[in-house]
Amino acid sequence: MSLLRNYSPTSDRYDELLAASGAPRPHWKALLDHLQWMGPRALQEARDAVQRQIAENGVTYNVYADPRGADRPWDLDLLPAILPAEEWQGIAAAIRQRATLLNAVLADLYGPQRLIAEGQLPASMIQAHPGFLRPCKGIETPGGIHLHLYAADIARAPDGSWWVASDRTQAPSGAGYALENRAIIGSQFPSLVRSLRVQPLHAFFQALRDALAHWAPCDDDAPLIVLLTPGSLNETYFEHAYLARHMGIPLVEGQDLAVRQGAVFLKTLSGLRRVHAILRRIDDVWCDPLELRADSALGVPGLVEVARRGGVLIANALGSGLIESGALLGFLPAICEHLLGEPLQMPSVATWWCGEPQARDIVMQKLPQLVVKSAHGAGIIEPAYGGGLTPEARQALREKIRQQPRAYVGQEVVRLSRLPVWSHRGAALEPRLTMLRVYAAATPNGYIVMPGGLSRVANPDDQHIVTIQRGGGSKDTWVLGGAQESLPLATPDNGYPTVITEHDHGSLASRTGENMFWLSRYAERADCALRLLRCGLRQQLAADDREWPVLLAAGQRTATLPRLTPPLSPQATLLAALHETTSPDNGAIGNLRQVLRIARSLRDRLAPDSWRIHNRIERLVNAWQRGPHTLSDALEFLDQTLMLLITLSGYTMEQMTRDAGWRFQSIGRRIERLQFLSLALQEMLVPEPPHAPALNSLIDLSDSVLTYRRRYQRAPELGPVAELLLTDHDNPRAFVYQLQSLLDHLQQLPGDVPPQGIDALLTVVAALRGRRAEEWVSDEAHATALRELLRQSWQAGNALGNTLQNHYFSHVAPRATLS
Amino acid sequence: MRLRIDHLTRYVYSQPVGHSSQIAHLRPRALPGQQCVSHALLIEPEPSSRRDCLDYFGNPITRFDLGMPHEALTVRAISEVELDRATQDLARSPAWEDVRTGFAGPLWGNDEQAQAGEYLFASPYIPLDPALRDFAAQDFVAGRPVLEACVALMERIHDSFEFDPNATHIATPVGQVLEMRRGVCQDFAHLMIASLRSLGLPARYQSGYLLTEPPPGMPRLEGADASHAWVAVFVPGIGWAEFDPTNAVRPGNGHVTVAWGRDFGDVSPLRGVILGGGEHGVEVEVTVRPL
Repeated sequence: MSLLRNYSPTSDRYDELLAASGAPRPHWKALLDHLQWMGPRALQEARDAVQRQIAENGVTYNVYADPRGADRPWDLDLLPAILPAEEWQGIAAAIRQRATLLNAVLADLYGPQRLIAEGQLPASMIQAHPGFLRPCKGIETPGGIHLHLYAADIARAPDGSWWVASDRTQAPSGAGYALENRAIIGSQFPSLVRSLRVQPLHAFFQALRDALAHWAPCDDDAPLIVLLTPGSLNETYFEHAYLARHMGIPLVEGQDLAVRQGAVFLKTLSGLRRVHAILRRIDDVWCDPLELRADSALGVPGLVEVARRGGVLIANALGSGLIESGALLGFLPAICEHLLGEPLQMPSVATWWCGEPQARDIVMQKLPQLVVKSAHGAGIIEPAYGGGLTPEARQALREKIRQQPRAYVGQEVVRLSRLPVWSHRGAALEPRLTMLRVYAAATPNGYIVMPGGLSRVANPDDQHIVTIQRGGGSKDTWVLGGAQESLPLATPDNGYPTVITEHDHGSLASRTGENMFWLSRYAERADCALRLLRCGLRQQLAADDREWPVLLAAGQRTATLPRLTPPLSPQATLLAALHETTSPDNGAIGNLRQVLRIARSLRDRLAPDSWRIHNRIERLVNAWQRGPHTLSDALEFLDQTLMLLITLSGYTMEQMTRDAGWRFQSIGRRIERLQFLSLALQEMLVPEPPHAPALNSLIDLSDSVLTYRRRYQRAPELGPVAELLLTDHDNPRAFVYQLQSLLDHLQQLPGDVPPQGIDALLTVVAALRGRRAEEWVSDEAHATALRELLRQSWQAGNALGNTLQNHYFSHVAPRATLS
Repeated sequence: MRLRIDHLTRYVYSQPVGHSSQIAHLRPRALPGQQCVSHALLIEPEPSSRRDCLDYFGNPITRFDLGMPHEALTVRAISEVELDRATQDLARSPAWEDVRTGFAGPLWGNDEQAQAGEYLFASPYIPLDPALRDFAAQDFVAGRPVLEACVALMERIHDSFEFDPNATHIATPVGQVLEMRRGVCQDFAHLMIASLRSLGLPARYQSGYLLTEPPPGMPRLEGADASHAWVAVFVPGIGWAEFDPTNAVRPGNGHVTVAWGRDFGDVSPLRGVILGGGEHGVEVEVTVRPL
């Protein structure tokens, strides 16, 4: 088997693919046959297609420590991990039991604390834990559920048994990536997915959403559920946006929510809307600056008190990070017997909490075989592998444990199992160490387990650690068919309340509306600037310098061309305008960067197609910045970028629902085009003497060359150009068109737009109507009046922007904490 | 002895505050030997909502919100307290190492000693630090009765640190106070608690008031014109013993306890989040008089 030539068998670890005999396990046979049939070449192509899809879909994982910043592409292997149905049933049952148990432990520790009174857990384990949120003690959660979404990292020992290495109880990540992995890998092997009856994943999130709706305190209203994110810089922001889209719920940040009269509200364009459930991706301590960490800018002041009064469901409940503690693991078997009356089905990796003297002695003795971790959750102390330490370092670690024994646990190092990955370089299968993250969700019928999960594989060099932060990869995980686990499906008649989705009128967050407004403003600014540059380039390539001085003035006035001292040649000036270091701050490239930045924070609102276009723009701009270029390269770059911007605006026109968000996008575009036109017309149609008008340039950058030729069939002349660009109501690039279109859109906005935004527009329209187009350009006195009118219209655009900003978006005032 | 406390806090903002949520720790606790006879909390402007309850530590608190724009906030707490506290006998306390040993284990159960474990560990304003343990070590010599050692530590803080309201602010770290050798009652309380916890002894933060004008013949104490802070240490068999390192006295009938917690952050007299407000100034006045 040539695909397995680099996959040597091993005896000291469990191998997911090969049995002890060295033959493939039966449940891999279908995939192996399929791979064999495809052959190395098709596999390389499939792998490239996977890479491409990741790039196109913008699947990223932000790494804080990476100086190259955000947005590292997601690392996904071509091959799925495979688990047979019978084996999965055992795993799923154990995970259901564990989720039930951990929920009961949380309910007790934040409630009566009988586990402590009855000697099942030592008091100091909780007291020493910084994740024990004292203000949350005594809060009763809706339905008694603390743990709505639970994840466990499980690993397989050499004897084939599964062990739990850690619990994720606060805001487990990765389930959205699992979903995206399935979408991408499933599309590479559609026939296998069907014939093997790979269990689908999406019902899991429907069930989670329905369960949140079921328990949300909403009386008889349709519940509004939101996904609360720390923002677009968070490492798993891609997933937040993906899940929000997938579940059809608004993605919000802390500043989008406000607490009033014992309830949580979403600040929307049409006022405050009650929020009934919050699926949070913000860690416990950051959720409420009033009662938790005062320095949190991410949270919602007063959230704890609303939870205390039962006014909102928070998933997972505040404080649930407490039981991610490794200190709990040693006590869990006895607690399981005590609370559930049954043995723990899946053991935890042997873990000793140093807060117990006997356990501490064991850790001290066995240190070279153990990994020492924080007892208070991931990220507080970097895990230390005793075996890899020098004797001195080991001694220093022992001393640290002696100083604060309760802060440490010692855990046995798992001999992780192996899983095949497709090696691009070797064009064959290679083994990697692996761990599996599995997910459970609370439903009114008990916990359900997602049939699959996120398989993660280590770097080839890593012996113990599998984390995405350290550069490991991920895999789709296939649970094969058989007796299907039945998930409650979200059908209208299943008795759960309907959920308000982001498409419903009026649930658009103000911040989202603001972002959409600015997305189109920056896109239009970029569009105008790129057109001006293209016009200049075309003339240079035709060795035509006649209109350059006027074009330069217009370019500088609109911050498109840099003001260079000493002045450079037209060609050098045009190229400088396209380079990040020499272009004006507000120039073409700067505006494109703004578009991309805002698109990222609108991730959940952008349809996949629209997102792909943004992605292409980003790659185009990045590639452009890397190299020196000729004029014709530049023209090519401008053509391509403009094409993508046009595609985007066409997308907005054709694909978007006419809701308030669309309305703000359209207004933003019109304001920018109005302002650009008023500057360009001042400089190019009626320039101050002694300059002559630059009519060729003007109709070129207004995209009106064809129209002009067809209509007038002669070289550009002042009167006809003025008619086409000033007063033609049918030309979407004409000045009057922008004014009229703005007035139409403003009437459709929710609520009443304050008059100061509209009055100046009406004045300009009235004045413009006073004369015919050719009169405005008939002599210098009229030209002066037109220049003044154009200046006024620029001001009117500015005033309108500010008015909308203040009226619709600005109830987000800065916040301060006092004590 | 009956005392009347008038505690006035006034915030002035440079720009209107659109919304304000506050939590007040201003009502004295009911305790053996301390009875809160009456209490009134006056808030201007009128809050849009207000609720009295207990916090995690059993301290009475008032939560209130101001929903209308305002440029100043005045909170005035007027309380009458009857004090009749017995003096604790310091003479017969166990060796400090025995207390430490009692708290070194996992602490099983939920008796008073296990509950005191709450005050053994680092808390947001109080990190544990070998430098603080070394600082305390010279008073905590082998076999010394724990309360005697606490008195010595309290006196040493009082003697070697200067009371200086301008040296520190709320967020000054304990380590810096140790280096500068100056601060206010809150700093000295944090310092002593951090030292005791670094040794493995449970110590909590007590906040409250001091009698403004002392009885005839007694000196006027520092910290009387603002809210005050001191320290309590748990000793098995004895209970909580209090120490005031700012004045080197053992709190008695001149100290009114409002609240206790792990550190200042748990019992801040007024804690809140405001929307808007720009720059703000704050004035605090406290008077405590015998009736």
